Amino acid sequence: MNIQLNGKLKNIDPHLTAAQLLASLDLTGQRIAMEVNQEIVPRSQHDTHLFNENDKVEIVRAIGGG
Amino acid sequence: MLNSDPTPTVDDTLFIGGQHYQSRLLVGTGKYKDLYQAKQAIDASGAEIITMAVRRTNIGQHQNEANLLEILSPKDYTYLPNTAGCYSAEEAIRTCRLARELLDGHNLVKLEVLGDEKTLFPDVVQTLKAAETLIRDGFQVMVYTNDDPVVAKHLEEIGCVAVMPLAAPIGSGLGIRNPYNIATIVENASVPVLVDAGVGTASDAAVAMELGCDGLLMQTAIAGAQNPVLMASAMKKAVEAGREAFVAGRIPRKRYASASSPIDGTFF
Repeated sequence: MNIQLNGKLKNIDPHLTAAQLLASLDLTGQRIAMEVNQEIVPRSQHDTHLFNENDKVEIVRAIGGG
Repeated sequence: MLNSDPTPTVDDTLFIGGQHYQSRLLVGTGKYKDLYQAKQAIDASGAEIITMAVRRTNIGQHQNEANLLEILSPKDYTYLPNTAGCYSAEEAIRTCRLARELLDGHNLVKLEVLGDEKTLFPDVVQTLKAAETLIRDGFQVMVYTNDDPVVAKHLEEIGCVAVMPLAAPIGSGLGIRNPYNIATIVENASVPVLVDAGVGTASDAAVAMELGCDGLLMQTAIAGAQNPVLMASAMKKAVEAGREAFVAGRIPRKRYASASSPIDGTFF
């Protein structure tokens, strides 16, 4: 199944949870936030959240800015 | 006997979104050589509120790069996530929601919706739209706007916790281009007014504070200086000096001289 992850096509297992996706990206425990199709997926739901075909997933972090 | 501390102490804190702050200088965290220089400069500035941006994680690269929130811990500073780079209300709202998730529910944000790439002037229509939604959604909105007193009042009336007019375009260093408008915004406001953008050097910061602004937010003037840490220290002093001068109440401007020594008792 394909999703758009930070603007790039990515093939994932349809049973992959949000937490497992983050683990596969070495992002477990990092300060990040996730949005799927412009809706926040809160940290409390990462363990159970599953993706759908063509989901637009954004994973963001804090960086320096003015 | 001389008073050992002749400076009158005034309980003069900046009150924003239900919190008191000792420092009236808010600073950015970007444009530095690295995050360690950012921390040094921020500490020299005395700022308690610091801005940050929200961007995509670099998936698969630079994972070991120092993390902003580790070097400058949210335990030590109040973070003010910005919506820099947003050109529509929708983008700005999404950015604020992501920032709130990133910072475990922290809801103070700096809203800026830009209208033009060349000047980075705000899109006031989109800004008002975004502010209304964000306020309904429980955010405390500090809003970047034009130096337009009417718009500033609207933003206050819809519930923004601080109004932040530009003094000149972002990053321009042109100083306080329209002091009369800034003064009018300050006079009309019942929420804090902070100059956001345009300051070039310490005297600009002092001018803004002498006009009665409650504070200043700056980034490029510090990070872009030859010696950012020293400039941060200069800005801290300028903001404090300008504030004290405003509270002290300056003398009126007069066209002609008024002698500083008494005329009575002259023997010539």
